[in-house]
Amino acid sequence: MSFISQSSPHAHATNSTQRVMLTVVLATIPGALAMVYFFGVGVIINLTLTIGFCLGFEAAVLYLRKRPIGFYLKDFSALVTAVLLGLALPPYSPWWMIFVGCFFAIVVAKQLYGGLGFNPFNPAMIAYVVLLISFPVQMTQWAAPVNLGDLPSISEALTKVFTGTAIDGYSGATPLDAFKQSESLTVADIYSQKPIFSEAFFAGAGWEWVNAGFLLGGLFLLWRKIFTWHAPVSMLAVLALMSIIFYDGSSESSAPVLTHLFSGATMLGAFFIITDPVSSAVSNKGRLIFGGCIGLLVFLIRHFGNYPDAVAFSVLLMNFAAPFIDYYTVPRSYGHSKPRRATEKVDV
Amino acid sequence: MAEFAAILLGTVLVNNYVLVQFLGLCPFMGVSNKLETAIGMAGATTFVLTLASICSYLVYTFLLEPLGLEYLRTITFIMVIAVVVQFAKMFIEKTSPLLYRVLGVFLPLITTNCAVLGVALQNTNKNLNFFESSLYGFGAAVGFSLVLILFSAMRERLAVADVPTPFKGAAIGMITAGLMSLAFLGFAGLV
Repeated sequence: MSFISQSSPHAHATNSTQRVMLTVVLATIPGALAMVYFFGVGVIINLTLTIGFCLGFEAAVLYLRKRPIGFYLKDFSALVTAVLLGLALPPYSPWWMIFVGCFFAIVVAKQLYGGLGFNPFNPAMIAYVVLLISFPVQMTQWAAPVNLGDLPSISEALTKVFTGTAIDGYSGATPLDAFKQSESLTVADIYSQKPIFSEAFFAGAGWEWVNAGFLLGGLFLLWRKIFTWHAPVSMLAVLALMSIIFYDGSSESSAPVLTHLFSGATMLGAFFIITDPVSSAVSNKGRLIFGGCIGLLVFLIRHFGNYPDAVAFSVLLMNFAAPFIDYYTVPRSYGHSKPRRATEKVDV
Repeated sequence: MAEFAAILLGTVLVNNYVLVQFLGLCPFMGVSNKLETAIGMAGATTFVLTLASICSYLVYTFLLEPLGLEYLRTITFIMVIAVVVQFAKMFIEKTSPLLYRVLGVFLPLITTNCAVLGVALQNTNKNLNFFESSLYGFGAAVGFSLVLILFSAMRERLAVADVPTPFKGAAIGMITAGLMSLAFLGFAGLV
């Protein structure tokens, strides 16, 4: 087969799925390095396990579905899911928990729906929420950042992950936990009493740099035009706006703006999770609504709900609403006066 | 005012009748294949649910309680709901014959929607007053409509997905509903 005559445009498309996915993995490096620095070797163990399990499950399901295994593994979408899940799970999590998480991410949330391009929910977030609901104790044990406690050594970490032997005094409250747990204190009290804040520059020891790292990676992806600015900007703007409105310095869990923006999973969510091209809204207007609603839900659940962080829940809730948003935000196509819905009959 | 907002938020999101309490699953799976039908069904169910919780409150407070016949409430509520559904059916038949045809057998089947009976029974269990029980009914209906409409938009997309053959159709629908109910657990403690 030969293509002799080609019509314009003659530009080369440099983006392929493989390239996009690898760029995303590359962009997580600053945040991941910050996490390794602050939380120790557990982050690397997490990433190794999730990558191994996710690729393994992906290959197994592709074998069962009689699809070309090498071809689909080489699009690296399972790798991205694995990296995001590995960064989202608490370091030093037991191996069987990571195994269950990877099963839900790859088999249930992705391959049962037909693989990459068809999954309605973000696979990594499905895994995170399943684990959070099923194993709340293990999922809320975050390591304390390096300047507040002793990080486990490599051998301690490995025995903790594989045999479940407890390590003394490595875990501590995250900044958002600290706000959730100290209902009667004022914000100023929390900042002076809790070491997670008194040791910090602006938003919580360790966490501020992890989030800054993910922000850096996100800006890199934006510059590489991997996604458009709409969803992340809209999410961060709504979250900031809501936390300004509700901040009064006195009441229980209303953290200041910077703490909302630079702790928990805010930046990882804004730039790596909600920009997932498959499970988010498609049009630019839709992405503005999608991101804005996620920002709103994150704030509502953090402020009023039971859970200290809410990025995973909010992303899933809006993944659920994304097809509906798409349905009502179909852009006007060139040459038509009003947008045409996919389900309307085409007049002859 | 804040109390009423709490009731609405509680019934629509936190204790959503479909995804958290698992009531009304039959129309949720049955009528969610197309968005337009789902919107029609959502409207009809909202009408019936609100009216049925008002009527059953009135019947329970002014008929069953004075006569000491509380033990008859389940069967009475079923009667009340059947009447309200008949009324809604006639109403839709006159106002929108097209919607009437599209909804078909699912319209009379609102009678067997467990959410309708569930709301009426829960209202009497919680000893709510007239205004609260109508608000509960309305909130439950809005919550039902919300998830039904969002779910149908999603199922239109699932219909064209490359789902493995054993999981096509209702199976993947049930899995999706399960994942969605996981997401709704995030609202716990909101009110």
